[in-house]
Amino acid sequence: MASLLTTPARREKPEESGAWRNKTPAILTLERFMQDQTDPENPNPSPKFHTGRLPNNRSGDGKPRLLLMGQRRQEAHPLISPRRSGKSSISSVVFHKMPPAETLFLESTARIQKDAVHSFMDFQVWDFPGQLDFLDPAFDVDYIFGEIGALIWVIDAQDEYLDALMRLNNTILLLQQHYPSINIEVFIHKVDALSEDYKFDIQRDIVQRTQDELSDAGYENAPVSFHLTSIYDHSIFEAFSKVIQKLIPQLPTLEGLLNILCSNSGMEKAYIFDCISKIYIATDSSPVDMQSYEICSDYIDVIVDVSEIYGWDRPGRAAEEAECNDQEAESVIRLQNGMILYLKEINKYLVLICIMKEESIKKKGLIDYNCGVFQDALAQVFGLQRT
Amino acid sequence: MDIIEKKGKKKKVLLMGKSGSGKSSMRSIVFSNYVAKDTRRLGATIDVEHSHVKFLGNLTLNLWDCGGQDAFMENYLQHQRDHVFANVAVLIYVFDIESREFDRDLVTYSAVARALSENSAGARVFCLIHKMDLVQAEYRQKLFEERSSLLKERSEGFDIVVFATSIWDETLYRAWASIIYTLIPNLSIIETYLRRFAEIIEAEEVVLFERTTFLVVCHVSQQGLGNPNDDRFERISNIIKTFKQSLSRFTSSPKSAPQFTEIELRAPRFSLFIDRLTSNTYILVVVKPGESDLNTAKMNVKIAREDFERLDVTGDGKKPTRTRESSSRMELEAEDDAGRDAEY
Ligand SMILES: Nc1nc2c(ncn2[C@@H]2O[C@H](COP(=O)(O)OP(=O)(O)OP(=O)(O)O)[C@@H](O)[C@H]2O)c(=O)[nH]1
Ligand SMILES: Nc1nc2c(ncn2[C@@H]2O[C@H](COP(=O)(O)OP(=O)(O)O)[C@@H](O)[C@H]2O)c(=O)[nH]1
Ligand SMILES: [Mg+2]
Ligand SMILES: [Mg+2]
Repeated sequence: MASLLTTPARREKPEESGAWRNKTPAILTLERFMQDQTDPENPNPSPKFHTGRLPNNRSGDGKPRLLLMGQRRQEAHPLISPRRSGKSSISSVVFHKMPPAETLFLESTARIQKDAVHSFMDFQVWDFPGQLDFLDPAFDVDYIFGEIGALIWVIDAQDEYLDALMRLNNTILLLQQHYPSINIEVFIHKVDALSEDYKFDIQRDIVQRTQDELSDAGYENAPVSFHLTSIYDHSIFEAFSKVIQKLIPQLPTLEGLLNILCSNSGMEKAYIFDCISKIYIATDSSPVDMQSYEICSDYIDVIVDVSEIYGWDRPGRAAEEAECNDQEAESVIRLQNGMILYLKEINKYLVLICIMKEESIKKKGLIDYNCGVFQDALAQVFGLQRT
Repeated sequence: MDIIEKKGKKKKVLLMGKSGSGKSSMRSIVFSNYVAKDTRRLGATIDVEHSHVKFLGNLTLNLWDCGGQDAFMENYLQHQRDHVFANVAVLIYVFDIESREFDRDLVTYSAVARALSENSAGARVFCLIHKMDLVQAEYRQKLFEERSSLLKERSEGFDIVVFATSIWDETLYRAWASIIYTLIPNLSIIETYLRRFAEIIEAEEVVLFERTTFLVVCHVSQQGLGNPNDDRFERISNIIKTFKQSLSRFTSSPKSAPQFTEIELRAPRFSLFIDRLTSNTYILVVVKPGESDLNTAKMNVKIAREDFERLDVTGDGKKPTRTRESSSRMELEAEDDAGRDAEY
């Protein structure tokens, strides 16, 4: 198996435009899954997070597509470049492992960048340059909105946002008329520099203004959600998790499997993460607390970083290694307070991370067995091969 | 702090450089479990902040973090010259890469080097060209070379070592590990013992880290196995220290607490574990993939603990009493029960 933990895709360059059209195994897998669904229009009994709608896939390639947009605020002085809300930074940090501080060097985006992320599902991040007027009639709106699952609208919380809000509201109204199934996810961004109080004041204000506008237009139930985000902490990943979970029809099944795993193996919490983006795809139904989510996400960093250091190809080792090569990576960390962190690679893209007490890991055989069962079930859900 | 420490084991380390160059930031990250972000809160250092850092049992660093504002510098160089520059083991001089007055920085640096040569001629001098993260990657090397050669001309006869550093990446750990490496007594004995140990367990690599700073103390690697990542030791320091911060948030325990007792990773191409070795050190062992190599190595670490503890704490230069030069791996495994550490 070409394991992610053997040759991690660190800071991969965004795909050349055009490459995103090629179907990767993951897309094909997803496609297969869609075809297998008996009732694709209503795939899940009582979804908890999922909206119950399948991702928009007019073109039939089944890619749940995210679209990243933001405000355009021209400074009064023509030579001052427009304020940039942080779209390129977000996609670089989340999908290309760029350290947040390095985003200071990002150049202004001049044209639409389509950035395909080959993860367990294919995320399309379209980064629009701040200056582009997408409501321009010359613009092919249908081409852009025809196949996305979620529109992420980035608002710079450190800047004047009234103008941005107006544009957001116009966009929501437009989408509600023509593409009502698109989830609208508002990232109130760069909140790292703001005090707790101020942060929530801004959120309240933005939510209020948006809702007023929507109910005036008669769209009270538009699928709009708000997230406070920053690239300097986990909030951006947490927000992406929520956005993406809504686009995964299999979510309730995954949660069910994780619940079974937890209760049969004495685990307190279990997550499935997408290893490349550190977005969590699913977790068991015990409440998510930020601390456990963060530690799992940091755990992935440790494992990927260490694997990058020691996972080099040893010449002359081929024969000995062959026997261990189809082994998925596995890791255990024993904490001072008696807790155990456990990580297991599930397939090329996904890792399982569990938090448990010391007693549970003593029955390592049971855990190995249950994880194997879990892996097989997951493979069935996604139609993926284990290796 | 223990004042009755034996003389010679306390090493005076001067940390100097212009105000805002990042001296206190580095010190806080390396010795006080700050993360890079936390340093934004630091105010300017007033006069000298002294701290004593116990490192590997018998070595104590007496760190002088010298506030860098002009008035303070003048004071050190004039009124307190004999006091500040006497008995110095190491001078670490920090240059801010963003400084707009490098020429003026050089003048001050020269004056400091002169004062040092008059009072502590045997001191070692390290220059850190700092905040390199602010320079785009492709220009770093060139800028570093330019600045280094200028510094070497102005060092008043000291044979200096220059590092490019940033608190935002592992370069910080590389510089500090190299500096402290020169101060640890009996290192060659520890190293010999570690090499022996690595051979016995057939490890690809064995690395010893100091417990609180997670700086590399020493490392041995299997002959002819060229890991292409030359910066791996400082990267590990950085990875683990960052993760310890996360763990302290997760467990709501103080940042200075040890946080973890063991990390284990079985990857397709290698197995690795990090374990407490002595009260002052962690050991990292990398072995071939597969269950048996990993388990053998883990058992042997438990057995070897006492020997390492003795080397580390007394530092008396004596060879370890229990040598295992003739032991085969099977014998070592058989001894496991007797050697098991009560710590677990
Ligand atoms: N970008 C960047 N900033 C740094 C780095 N190191 C330190 N800083 C920042 O520089 C500022 C000043 O750092 P200090 O450590 O207080 O400086 P100092 O040398 O102790 O200054 P004095 O105590 O006045 O002599 C802080 O805001 C740090 O966050 C670095 O490597 N890169
Ligand atoms: N403080 C802070 N700054 C951010 C954050 N995200 C992005 N930025 C900064 O915002 C600036 C513009 O970002 P960029 O991604 O180029 O904006 P774009 O034009 O929307 O693509 C950069 O200097 C980033 O470093 C954040 O979460 N917090
Ligand atoms: Mg951009
Ligand atoms: Mg200071």
